[in-house]
Amino acid sequence: MIEIKNVSKIFKTKTGELTAVNQVSLTIDKGEIFGIIGYSGAGKSTLIRLLNGLEKPTSGSVIVNGLEISSIKGKELRQARQKIGMIFQHFNLLWSRTVAENIAFPLEIAGVPKQEREKRVNELIELVGLGGRGDAYPSQLSGGQKQRVGIARALANNPEVLLCDEATSALDPETTDSILELLLDINKRLGLTIVLITHEMHVIRKICHRVAVMEAGRVVEQGDVLEVFRNPQADITKNFVMQVSDTRESKESIEQILTHYKTGKLVKLIFVGDTSERPIISYLIKEFQIDVNIVHGNISQTANGPYGTLIVQLDGDEEKINKALEKLHEMKINTEVIAHD
Amino acid sequence: MISTLFPNVNWEKMWEATFDTLYMTIISTGVSFVIGLIVGIILFLTSPHQLWANRFVNFITGSLVNIFRSIPFIILIILLIPFTKFLLGTIRGVNAALPALIIGSAPFYARLVLIALREVDKGVIEAARSMGASTFTIIWKVLIPESKPALYSGITVTAVALVGYTAMAGIIGAGGLGNLAYLEGFQRSREDVTLMATIFILIIVFIIQWIGDTITAKSDKR
Repeated sequence: MIEIKNVSKIFKTKTGELTAVNQVSLTIDKGEIFGIIGYSGAGKSTLIRLLNGLEKPTSGSVIVNGLEISSIKGKELRQARQKIGMIFQHFNLLWSRTVAENIAFPLEIAGVPKQEREKRVNELIELVGLGGRGDAYPSQLSGGQKQRVGIARALANNPEVLLCDEATSALDPETTDSILELLLDINKRLGLTIVLITHEMHVIRKICHRVAVMEAGRVVEQGDVLEVFRNPQADITKNFVMQVSDTRESKESIEQILTHYKTGKLVKLIFVGDTSERPIISYLIKEFQIDVNIVHGNISQTANGPYGTLIVQLDGDEEKINKALEKLHEMKINTEVIAHD
Repeated sequence: MISTLFPNVNWEKMWEATFDTLYMTIISTGVSFVIGLIVGIILFLTSPHQLWANRFVNFITGSLVNIFRSIPFIILIILLIPFTKFLLGTIRGVNAALPALIIGSAPFYARLVLIALREVDKGVIEAARSMGASTFTIIWKVLIPESKPALYSGITVTAVALVGYTAMAGIIGAGGLGNLAYLEGFQRSREDVTLMATIFILIIVFIIQWIGDTITAKSDKR
């Protein structure tokens, strides 16, 4: 569906050359939600703009819908763009047009006749849940509603791909969730391929199937979202995973436990997918006759299944504890012993 | 009462002069709007990082605008006398004032257009490009509509300046209220005529400003 091959983008600035994207290769399949995460300046905004030709790569090639976006131009590129929708962090709606007129804009560009345009606009307004707001101006809408208009506008010409440029970064957490749910719904209903960039792991966790982590223009890690959560490799990825697994906040309670309970072992268990639904704790207690003290826990849903972490204190016979840990390994539950330091 | 305060005012001449002033202002505002808009758009699109980024065209256009904007209007009229004569065969009358009025004010409006276009959200232009819009579509459906309030307030300022310019043009024989104030008022020491002409000009300016402000406010949906 989308193939990015050895792409680099170098900007020439007054102070010298700036490599925004450095030898990136990615393949994105049809119908998947692919997330690209990175801090600001990592090159993800440039990367996503290469996908619809808003930026041209310095080297390498970008193929979307079987068209080499990186080499076509003029009318051919403009027509290709009609099949690649894009939504933005700051919505980028025309304030001079009403909601309905904003959604009609890409249809006007595509030369859709007026009657058909009106019909399509009404469908889209309903699809994004803005029924009855067609005649409002953007200035009369909330942030979440504006992004809904943005989504409707991006979907107007029945694109194959939807590019989301930090689409939820300007929204509050609740609105973010409702927009993400809308994107997930659209992905399922229309089979649309979605590429999104973000700096929030929450967004990746909630709707992405696969993720690529970018740092200084390079993709340092990529894979299935659950796999990356279970086993982050790069330091930056570990930081992002920490954003959602709450371990930063629980550090204090861990330290407290460490000082209060000098005995036993403090262990972090990471559950992914099915394993999170098994009664592990009672099994450990019954099978190994050790005490299990729950210190901290959380579980969250991802597009590929649940992901959870649990910090427990295992107390009792040293040998039994080790056996229990082995058993957990067998059950494909990642464990990490938190030491007294 | 009015005739005792303004004993020398010939009302027929006053209305005729008012009509001439209005004629010159309206025509030159209209033409300046079109020329200024086109030149302003060229200035904007050829500036660095824009769709038609072109240093050479931008420099030439910008220089021409700056030159004509910098020449004091009264000097511009005199400089343009041969051009006007060539174009219209005369340098007297309301039509003879038009070339100078337009050349004097269109560059001024072009600058205001440039300022207005710079205020258009870059993200919106990017969004239009991402939808596959051509440059023409972006000009017509994004740049102009999204800068409407500033374009309207700019043409209002230009029209008010043009009222002043017509008065100056009047002194060298273009007709209108300026001409009346100078010939009938100043040169014949009839201060009441000058005063009445001034009042008429003020009323015209106020009306233009009011119309401009109303349209500007109405066009702004932000």
